[in-house]
Amino acid sequence: MERGTSAHGGEGAMATHIVVAECRDGQLRRVSLEAIAAAKGCMQDGDSLAVLLLGGGDGEATASVSAAAGLLAQRGPDEVIVIDHPILGRYAPEVHLAALLAAAKALAPEARWWWLGHTAIGRDLAPRLAARLGAGQVSDALAAARGADGRIVFTRALHAGKALERRAFVPGAPTVVTVRPNNFAPAAIVAGPAAPICSLPFNPPPSRIIVRDVVRRASGAVDLAEARIIVAGGRGVKSAAGFAPLAQLAALLGGAVGASRGACDAGYCDYALQIGQTGKTVTPDLYIACGISGAVQHLAGMSRSRVIVAINKDPDSPIFSVADYGIVGDLFEVVPALIEEWNNGV
Amino acid sequence: MNIAVLIKSVIATDEPIIVRGGIIEDSGAKKVINPYDEYGLEEALRIKEDVGGTVTVISAGTEKCVEALRTALAMGADEAVWIHLRDGEADEHTCSLLLASALKLKAYDLVWAGHLSVDNGAGQVAIRVAELLGWPHAGAVTAFRLAKGEKGLNGEKGLNGEKGEYGKKGEKEKILLVERDAEGDSEDWANRGSGIWLHVTKDAEGDSESLELPLPALLTAQQGLNEPRYPALAGIMKAKRKPLTELTPADLGVELASAEAAPRTVRLDCDAPPARAAGRRLEGSPREQAVELLSLLRSEANLLKEVR
Repeated sequence: MERGTSAHGGEGAMATHIVVAECRDGQLRRVSLEAIAAAKGCMQDGDSLAVLLLGGGDGEATASVSAAAGLLAQRGPDEVIVIDHPILGRYAPEVHLAALLAAAKALAPEARWWWLGHTAIGRDLAPRLAARLGAGQVSDALAAARGADGRIVFTRALHAGKALERRAFVPGAPTVVTVRPNNFAPAAIVAGPAAPICSLPFNPPPSRIIVRDVVRRASGAVDLAEARIIVAGGRGVKSAAGFAPLAQLAALLGGAVGASRGACDAGYCDYALQIGQTGKTVTPDLYIACGISGAVQHLAGMSRSRVIVAINKDPDSPIFSVADYGIVGDLFEVVPALIEEWNNGV
Repeated sequence: MNIAVLIKSVIATDEPIIVRGGIIEDSGAKKVINPYDEYGLEEALRIKEDVGGTVTVISAGTEKCVEALRTALAMGADEAVWIHLRDGEADEHTCSLLLASALKLKAYDLVWAGHLSVDNGAGQVAIRVAELLGWPHAGAVTAFRLAKGEKGLNGEKGLNGEKGEYGKKGEKEKILLVERDAEGDSEDWANRGSGIWLHVTKDAEGDSESLELPLPALLTAQQGLNEPRYPALAGIMKAKRKPLTELTPADLGVELASAEAAPRTVRLDCDAPPARAAGRRLEGSPREQAVELLSLLRSEANLLKEVR
């Protein structure tokens, strides 16, 4: 239904929180459910929650947007707003910003709290939104909790996790938050009727950016930042070909492949895979470090993983100091053994 | 072409971080230009060497900015701007207002910055600046080239142009820009926004996107863009004579205490993360280790259950 024509929409919708949900490859991203949970955890009586979903293009894209909207509606928001327009099928900062502002305008009162995943799109879009609104922004939040004085206190990493800060908004201005994937439990399905799904018309501004081409080069379907399991390789992997068993193990476990700076600098793999203070900071459930010595920059980027496994020939490697399970040995013997035993059903 | 590069002085990534009394000790730590900013600076210097123009480096912060700015001048930047700020005086909102104001002092065609800073890691300031200036931006750029009204812009369709009615409008938009180029002096690189297109490749979670955008624009540099140069001795000597302008927020018309400019967020405290204890070593042959690891991950760590 079109927003404003429904019994629910139009006046009286007191949305103050808005979560910007995101699809990738036609699938709703888990971090969007995590952002809903983060927002819910910070809401007070009388607050309401709208979830905004942008997308569109061909019939297939529209179908996946509407499927994702259905999933979102079950997670306890007051409403789901869908802007389905062909232009939104590809990310362009100013066009997506215009869509966010259109959604804000449709809400009464306008959204004061914005929640996005700290994804490629979220990290690119949120600062433009914050600047447009004159808003504060907390980026890459690891946790959010309401403090004793009633204000919401965010935890975030400094120096890629070598230190942690608690940060809060100064009262008054609108607020934008991006949440790091894998740090909030995703919002669960709420019993009872699903929230209404409203579509909003959109007149996009002309984009000054032309997207020529998108080359998918991510190994497998799992994105590094959002991966629950990461198999990472360092200099000990010795060559680009050496990453093959790591990729095989990652694929079996449903995980992603990462790398240390050493491996990237040596040309074994692309910088897009780099984990560390330069590169990506990741917090998967399971991190398997293969042939990674554990330089301080690398440890900063991965030591908040829930469980860490280290496989390294050198028993004195610093990586063992953060590993829950350490295997002193040759990764080219241990990783194939893991693959084989996994396939044996161990 | 007039290029500005936003740079930040940060503690080098190979330094440990010591937190004392809720404050990060940085007096003794080695400081460097934020590595991502350095990629942007290197790219700006290469553009200048290629087509001419100037490179201005701008930094907001305490005295520690000066060393970073001098290093940038030694690498080949022409002039530097230091905006005075005390620690804790600005958040990303305030800082971006100051930088945007400083960028209005000169007609810049292109601004480079880092994809994020390795200390705060928020990645906000540069993109906020683009919005405040009303410029397009591309984040996490891994490859870059300039093009002057290339043939490609006339003929082929971009991905935006392939679908629906909006695409047709987008097509017209492009042709207009190319025409504007034909009417202007296409050899005049200093002519601001004269139909020069930036062709950039950006990283998006491992995917690579090819974009085109017109000047003026702001780009943030991602790792892999280039290999930054080291300052040569001659450059270090020359840097001492290059202009370094000092500005206060008031000079830029920004009143830090005003409702408009005051920080929107505040740090409450800061500490070291809880130390991670080393776990156990698994013994035996690779096969025995593999079997034990897989069973421990299931039984003890409660992992790998939903995979199969």
